[in-house]
Amino acid sequence: MKTDTIEAAEKLSTYISDFEMFGRSASAKRSDWLKSIREDAFAQFQQLGFPSTREEDWRYTNVAPISRHPFRRALSRPNGLTSAELSNFTFGELDGCQLVFVDGAFSQKLSTRTALPRGVRVRSLATALQKDRGRLEPYLAKLAGFDRNAFTALNTAFMSHGAFVYLPRGIIFNGIIHLLFLSTGHKKNSVTHPRTLIVAGEETQVSIVESHVGLEHGVYFTNAVTEIVAARNSTVEYHKIQRESREAFHVASLHVLQERDTNFTSHSISLGGALVRNDLNIVLNAEGAESTLNGLYVTAEKQHVDNHTKIDHAKPNCRSRELYKGILDEQSTAVFNGKILVRMNAQKTSAKQTNKNLLLSDRALVNSTPQLEIFADDVKCTHGATIGHLDEDELFYLRSRGIDEVSARTLLTYAFASEILSTVKIKPIQCQIDLVLLTRLNRLQEDSWQQTSSGGVGL
Amino acid sequence: MLQLINLHTKVEGKEILHGIDLTINAGEVHAIMGPNGSGKSTLAKVLAGHEGYEVNEGQVVYEGKDLLSMLPEDRAREGIFLGFQYPVEIPGVSNMYFLKAALNAIRKHRGLEELDAMDFLAFAKQRMKLVDMDESLINRAVNEGFSGGEKKRNEIFQMAILEPRLAILDETDSGLDIDALKIVANGVNAMRREDRAMILVTHYQRLLNYIVPDQVHVLIDGRIIKSGQKELALELEDKGYGWLE
Repeated sequence: MKTDTIEAAEKLSTYISDFEMFGRSASAKRSDWLKSIREDAFAQFQQLGFPSTREEDWRYTNVAPISRHPFRRALSRPNGLTSAELSNFTFGELDGCQLVFVDGAFSQKLSTRTALPRGVRVRSLATALQKDRGRLEPYLAKLAGFDRNAFTALNTAFMSHGAFVYLPRGIIFNGIIHLLFLSTGHKKNSVTHPRTLIVAGEETQVSIVESHVGLEHGVYFTNAVTEIVAARNSTVEYHKIQRESREAFHVASLHVLQERDTNFTSHSISLGGALVRNDLNIVLNAEGAESTLNGLYVTAEKQHVDNHTKIDHAKPNCRSRELYKGILDEQSTAVFNGKILVRMNAQKTSAKQTNKNLLLSDRALVNSTPQLEIFADDVKCTHGATIGHLDEDELFYLRSRGIDEVSARTLLTYAFASEILSTVKIKPIQCQIDLVLLTRLNRLQEDSWQQTSSGGVGL
Repeated sequence: MLQLINLHTKVEGKEILHGIDLTINAGEVHAIMGPNGSGKSTLAKVLAGHEGYEVNEGQVVYEGKDLLSMLPEDRAREGIFLGFQYPVEIPGVSNMYFLKAALNAIRKHRGLEELDAMDFLAFAKQRMKLVDMDESLINRAVNEGFSGGEKKRNEIFQMAILEPRLAILDETDSGLDIDALKIVANGVNAMRREDRAMILVTHYQRLLNYIVPDQVHVLIDGRIIKSGQKELALELEDKGYGWLE
């Protein structure tokens, strides 16, 4: 209908003018080889428009708040940040590499790097687009299809900043690779499109953390896409820590291709944001692949977090394990949708999916939906979901030993989350998440007693 | 130390205790015996402050204070300890963390300095010996995967750590074999002191062979029917509760 089209066009107008400007920019010109894919992606974005709740995948997540804002690409500007100011978001004297991005621009000054083994690349995408085309081209935008997802299409159209990690065959990287995306919130209504590609060659081992942090209050939009290729026999451990500001929008998709005998683990910790959507797509593309997905989301006030996962058992003899836990307080809402597809020839598939939710208030709401599509007959697939409150007997037990009610609730809530925390094996990462979670939970309790809206950022 | 005056208690709208009068002094061990459904556990829980229990009449005076107006955590801080009949499992919370937090809350209330992790651990290890408890259990989650006997021992261990003034042990002996019972009884006896009182809620007389009470009260249908010395327990063992009904 005409009115619809005009309205839709108006909503996309800032993106259209930004795309034209981007096309003329130096950074686009430097990666000219991507021109046609960017144009195709943008055309697709225009055609799709932002999804409505009439679409199955977006049934419980209304993105009108995002489409209503006239988001414009963040412009890089001097930020004056020092490493000391980032200590809450980093891992101290890291053995490894840290790439820091501020409002969409790579910051050489804040990034650190130890000497890398020969052939290993950990660099900003902008640099890689210019210097590593050969390594990028086989994979970039090949895993993350954009014909049906407007956000992926939008990110692909604007892709120019982010990270590229590449490990040649046989490299065991013992350090941590930390990709830190910071938003200052200084310029209102900014959008960034972080794009990350991780290629783990055959027989490699690597641990990666991708953090998204809001330094101050503010409405901004992070639209991220990450692609990971795990070549034969590689082990990849990926952590995503989301600490955006309480007013921000965060839409992210992770696409993973696992080849033979690979071991992939994902830890997704979601703490901030007003409206958050995480899509996780795994393809188990060869026998012997193993995938473990752990997730924790903690929401309060009017936050909404939507986790959609899809595991495609495309080949036989693969194993997937999923455990997502949510802690919801006040009027917040969450969605968990776990799709498992077992293709016809994927015999001896073993898949297990669990979603557990703890509601701390009567007004919190969660929608948990498993979607199992099983076409093979010799498989083991189980799924389960729980939604509950703190156990009264456990609370009384703690109080009967002298622990006050507020502390007892916090302790039990933390205990609920600790099942996920304990899956993070790398100490500095576990400690940071631990600390942030405890601070967040303590503040939740304080809020409900004092009824102030403390709003801090990201936590 | 503790005085129950005409205590009436309701659970889910139904009155279970119909006017309990009881006086307990420091240094004494009282046994409360009764058949199933007599209200023994109700008595223990209402003294600990469980919210499911409503006192519709009567008073409880603890060390000169009105106990019924105190929150469960405050009762604990004032020195009351309840050994649960069915201790819950709390996955994700370690015994160490939980007990250190509890002990420090109580110490703080008493004006004592809080213990740091090392001092607490040293203290805990020493207490573990009292109940023949394996040191490795301190790092396990509270009661998680513990057998019935281990859970009961953990209750006594907690009592040894928190050093209450009044300990109420609710059917601490139920489900234990004779060896486990002896260990638990040893632990309780080691905690007997002139300034400490204990209430042993029990169905069976057997426990009282090992923990000798100063007084025995028989609770039937929510009333204390008879009180006496330890011989009363032996009579009950012999004749059954029907003798008194």
